[in-house]
Amino acid sequence: MEEQQSVVEIKDLYLNFYTYDGIVKALDGVSLSIRKGEILGLVGETGSGKSVTSLSVLSIVIPPGRIEKGQIDINVKGKTYDILSLNDATMARVRGRYISMIFQEPRAALNPVYTIGDQIAEVFFHHRRPELVESSIARLKKDSESTSGLKRAIYRRELSLLEKMQKNPGSLDLRVLSRIPLLNRFQNRMKTAARQYVIEMLKSLNIPDPARVIDMYPHELSGGMAQRAVIAMALCANPLMLIADEPTTSLDVTVQAQILLLIKDLQRRLHTSILYVTHDLGVIAETCDRVAVLYAGNVAEVANVMDLFKKPLHPYTQALLESIPRPGHKFVSIRGIVPSLVNPPKGCRFYDRCDFAMDKCVHQEPELIKIEKDHFVACHLHYGEK
Amino acid sequence: MFTRILKNPLSVAGLVLISYNVFLAVFAPFIAPNTTGIVQYDPYLIPRDPALGMWMEPNAPTPAHLFGTSSMQVDLFYGCVWGTRFAFQLGLEVIVATLGIGLVLGLLAGYYGGFIDEVIMRFTDIILAFPGLILAMVFVAVLGKIGWNVLQAAIFSIILIGWPGYTRLIRGEVLRVRGEDYVEAARASGASDLRIMVRHILPNSIYTVIIVASLDFGSIVLTAAALSFLGLGSPAGYADWGRLIFDGVPYAASGLYYWWTFVYPGIFIVLFTLGWNLLGDALRDVLDPLTRRK
Amino acid sequence: MQNLMTIDSLKKYFPVMGGVLRKKVADVKAVDDVSLNIYSGETFGVVGESGCGKTTLAKTILRLLNPTAGHIFYKVPEQVAEAIRVLEKDNPKSKSLRYLLREYDHAYVSGSKLRKLRRHMQIVYQDPTTSLDPRMLVKDIVAEPIVSQRLQKGSGTMERVLETLQMVGMGEKHLYRYPHEFSGGQRQRIAVARAIITSPEFIVLDEPTSSVDVSVRAQLLNMFQDLQKNLGLTYMFISHDLSVVECISDRVAVMYLGKIVEQAKTEEMYKNPLHPYAQALFNSIPIPDPTKRRERAPLSGEPPSPVNPPAGCRFHPRCSLATNACEHEEPPLVDVGNEHYVACYALNR
Repeated sequence: MEEQQSVVEIKDLYLNFYTYDGIVKALDGVSLSIRKGEILGLVGETGSGKSVTSLSVLSIVIPPGRIEKGQIDINVKGKTYDILSLNDATMARVRGRYISMIFQEPRAALNPVYTIGDQIAEVFFHHRRPELVESSIARLKKDSESTSGLKRAIYRRELSLLEKMQKNPGSLDLRVLSRIPLLNRFQNRMKTAARQYVIEMLKSLNIPDPARVIDMYPHELSGGMAQRAVIAMALCANPLMLIADEPTTSLDVTVQAQILLLIKDLQRRLHTSILYVTHDLGVIAETCDRVAVLYAGNVAEVANVMDLFKKPLHPYTQALLESIPRPGHKFVSIRGIVPSLVNPPKGCRFYDRCDFAMDKCVHQEPELIKIEKDHFVACHLHYGEK
Repeated sequence: MFTRILKNPLSVAGLVLISYNVFLAVFAPFIAPNTTGIVQYDPYLIPRDPALGMWMEPNAPTPAHLFGTSSMQVDLFYGCVWGTRFAFQLGLEVIVATLGIGLVLGLLAGYYGGFIDEVIMRFTDIILAFPGLILAMVFVAVLGKIGWNVLQAAIFSIILIGWPGYTRLIRGEVLRVRGEDYVEAARASGASDLRIMVRHILPNSIYTVIIVASLDFGSIVLTAAALSFLGLGSPAGYADWGRLIFDGVPYAASGLYYWWTFVYPGIFIVLFTLGWNLLGDALRDVLDPLTRRK
Repeated sequence: MQNLMTIDSLKKYFPVMGGVLRKKVADVKAVDDVSLNIYSGETFGVVGESGCGKTTLAKTILRLLNPTAGHIFYKVPEQVAEAIRVLEKDNPKSKSLRYLLREYDHAYVSGSKLRKLRRHMQIVYQDPTTSLDPRMLVKDIVAEPIVSQRLQKGSGTMERVLETLQMVGMGEKHLYRYPHEFSGGQRQRIAVARAIITSPEFIVLDEPTSSVDVSVRAQLLNMFQDLQKNLGLTYMFISHDLSVVECISDRVAVMYLGKIVEQAKTEEMYKNPLHPYAQALFNSIPIPDPTKRRERAPLSGEPPSPVNPPAGCRFHPRCSLATNACEHEEPPLVDVGNEHYVACYALNR
C-alpha cells in the first residue's frame, strides 16, 4: 500500500465467529498498514471489530472466532513473514519480542500472586536471555578474581555452565539442572541481572522509587502504576510494534494524560510503532499520527489525523465528529443501530444510518480507494474523485 | 429451565427415582394394604400376620410376604413401602422446621448485623461445635429419660442439629444481596425493612438454599435411619427403614442367611437418598448462575 | 434563584478498625466539610477523580449513608436554618436545637418523616445491571416506590407505571419482562422511570452513562434534559466525563479528597479554572482537535488515598504553587466574584 516502510500490514482480513445464533461476520475484508515509528489510531464503536483486529495481529483469536481469509505481513529486518502462516512455536517467539499488546484493565493483565518485578523479569528471561547470560558471565568473572579456594571452584563451575548456556541454550543437561533446587543456583546471577534491567525499565517509565515498586504486588498499585507496569512488560524486549487496546479507558483523566504522554515519549525514543485502539476521539486527536475508522467490520476511512478531523469524507466519520458533545447544543447521536453481523446487508453496511445513501449503496459494497495521498475512503459518494 | 433438567441423564435419573418414591408414598395404602384384619391406630405400626405368630426368627420371602419378615414377624414389604411414606413425612417436617428457623434467623442476622448477628451466630457456633449425630443421640437419650416419645425426640434432635447450617447459609446469601445496588435503591424509594427483606433479599438469596435443602432431604432421612439403627428412633415394629435394619442386626451375624432383613430396607434407603442427591445436583445446574454454562 | 437544598459542613467518615482489640484506628474522611447550595431547577455537576468522594457525597445527601456531622436543609426556610446554626454555636446541647434538627434537618430526621422525604429525592445509579432487582418484573420495579410509600391504590398504580414508562420512551410491551431481557440503555431507562414515578424534585445522577454503550449515551442525556424541562427536576450530575458535564451542567464543583476545591458556573469554570488541581484536571481532557494539541506537563503523581490525607491543603504535595501556609492549614472556599469559589492560598496574591 505505501511507499513508506510498513511494519505490519493487514491484507484483506476476514474473520467469523461461530455462535449459537449464527455466523457473525465480524471482519469483512479489513486492510490496514502500520508504518514504522507511527501511532495509528483505530476508531470504532462497540461491535466494529477493532479489538478482534488487534487480536488477529498477534494471532490470539480463540474459537469460536476464526480467521477465514487474509494475510498479515510483518517486516522484520528486511524480511517479510505472514503471521497467519506461522506455527505456534514461532508465534510464541514473535509475541512479546516483535509485537506486544497491552489491554484495558491493567490489573487483570497482571498475575496477583507474583510481584511486579517477577512478572517483568519473566519477559526478560523469555526474550532477552542471552543478554542476561552475558552480563552474568561478566560479573562472575569479576567476582571470581577476588576469591579463592572452594568458592573459586564453585564459581568456575558456574562459569562453565553459563558459557554452555550461551553456546547451547537448549541442551538437555542444562534444562534438567535448572529444575533441581540448590543446583540451579547458577541462575541466580541471571535473576540479579534481570532485576537491574527491570529497575531501569521502571525508571524509564517514570515510576517513582522503582526499587521499592519492584517488590510490590499488583493489588498494591494504583491503576496508573499498574498500567505502567504492564507497559514495562510489553516493552522489555523492545518490540517493533505495540498494540494498545483502550489502555486508558478505565483510568482517571489526569492519569490518562500521563500515560498518553508516556506513549508518545516511547514513540519518540524507541521508534516503536503503535496501534492505538479506542473509541475516544479526543485521545485520537492528541496522540495519533494516522487514523483508521472501522465500522461493522469494514474500514470506512483511513487518513492522517489532521485530514480526518478537518476533511472527513466518510459519512460515518462525519457523524462521529458531529456526536462529540458541545456545550450549548443538544447531544447528538447517530440514528439507527449497528446492523446485525449475522446477516449483514449486501451493500454498504452503513446504508441505513447514512444521510447520503444512494441506490448504489444498497447493492454494492464500496471499496477502499485512495482519494489523495494518505487519505482513503470506502464510500460510493467519492468514487468520482481521484 | 426444565428442559435443561431433562437434558442431563443423571438429572432424569434423579427425577425418576423421586417420582417412584413419591408414588410409593402416596399410594402406600393400596400397594401394601393391611390384610391382617387387625385394626391399627398408627398405620406405621407394621401389622403382623397372625398366621405366623410372634416367632423371633425371620421368615424368608414368600408370595404372601414378598420381602419376607423380620424378627417378631414384621412384614418387610409393608415396612419398606410405608417406610417411604414415613421418610417423606419425617423429612418434610424436619425440612420445614429447619428452613423456617434458618430463614428467619438468617435474615435477621444478615440484614441487621451487629448485636443480633453476634448472638445468633454464637448459638449456631455452640451447636456446630459438636458432631451432629452424636449430639442428636445425646438429646434423644436425655429427652427419652424425661418421658418424651422416642420418635418425637429423634425428630426434635434432627431439627436441632439442622437449623444452624441453614441459618449460616442464608445469612451468607443475605450479606451478599444486602450490598447490591437494587437493595439500596429500594431503600431510597422508601421501602421499609420488612419489605426489603421479603421482596428483595429473600427471592435473591433463596436459590442456594433450595439446592442445599433438596440435597439435605436425603441426608436427613439417612440421619433418622442412623438413629433408628442405633435404637434411638422409631419404636419396635415401626415402618422405618432404619428400625427395620436394627431389627435385622442380631441376624446379620449369620452372614447372608437372613439377607432379606437388611438388603430390602437398604435398597429403599439408597434409592431414596440417591434420588434426592441427583435432584439436588440437577437443581444446582439449573439455578446456580455460577456453575451454569452458557 | 431559589435554594432547593443547602448543605452545611457535611462530613462523612468511615472508621478504620485495626489492632487486636478491633478499635477504631483512623477515619477514612470520604466527605470532609462540604458546603454547597443547589438551586431549584438547575443541574449541579460534581466532578473529580476516583476516591474524591463524589458518590459518597451524593449518597450521604440522600441519607443512604448517615452523615457523621453537618446539615442537609431541604426546602427549609432560611430563618430556621439560621436559627439552627446560631443555636449550634451558642448552645449546642439545647433541647430546642434537638427538636429543630429532628424536624427540619434532613441529616437528622428519622422514621416516617425520613420516608416521606424520600419521595422527593431519588437516585439513578451508574450500572443498570446491578441497580435493578433481577428477579422482579419491570412493572414491579417501576411501581415499587409508590407501593412502598403507599401513594396509590390498585389500578391507579398500573396507570401511573405505564405513564412513567412512556415518559422514558418505553411502553406496555415492556411491563411483564425481566431486566436481563433488555439492553443497557433500556435498563437505564427503567431505572430512570423508577426514579421519577414519585414525582420527586431532586435526582442524583451518579455517572448514569458510564456503563452504557457510547452510541446510546447521547439519547440518554437528551432524555435527562427533556425530563428536567418537562417535570421541573433538579439534578446533581456526578461524572468523570468532563466534556459531558460541560454540556449538561449549569454549575460545577470540583472535588478532591473529600473537599470541594473549586465551584463556579460551568462556562466560567471551564474557561477560567483557578485552583491548580482544577486547572490540571481540565487541562488533561483530550481535545478532539489535532490543531489544539498541547505539549503540556501533566499532573504528576497519583490521587492519594483518603485514609491518610496530607496535612493542610490536601493538594499541596502535587501542587506547583504550594507555599508554606499550604502545608499547615486547609484553605477555605473563598468567593472570588461571579459566584466563583476557590479554596487555595496561593491565589490570594
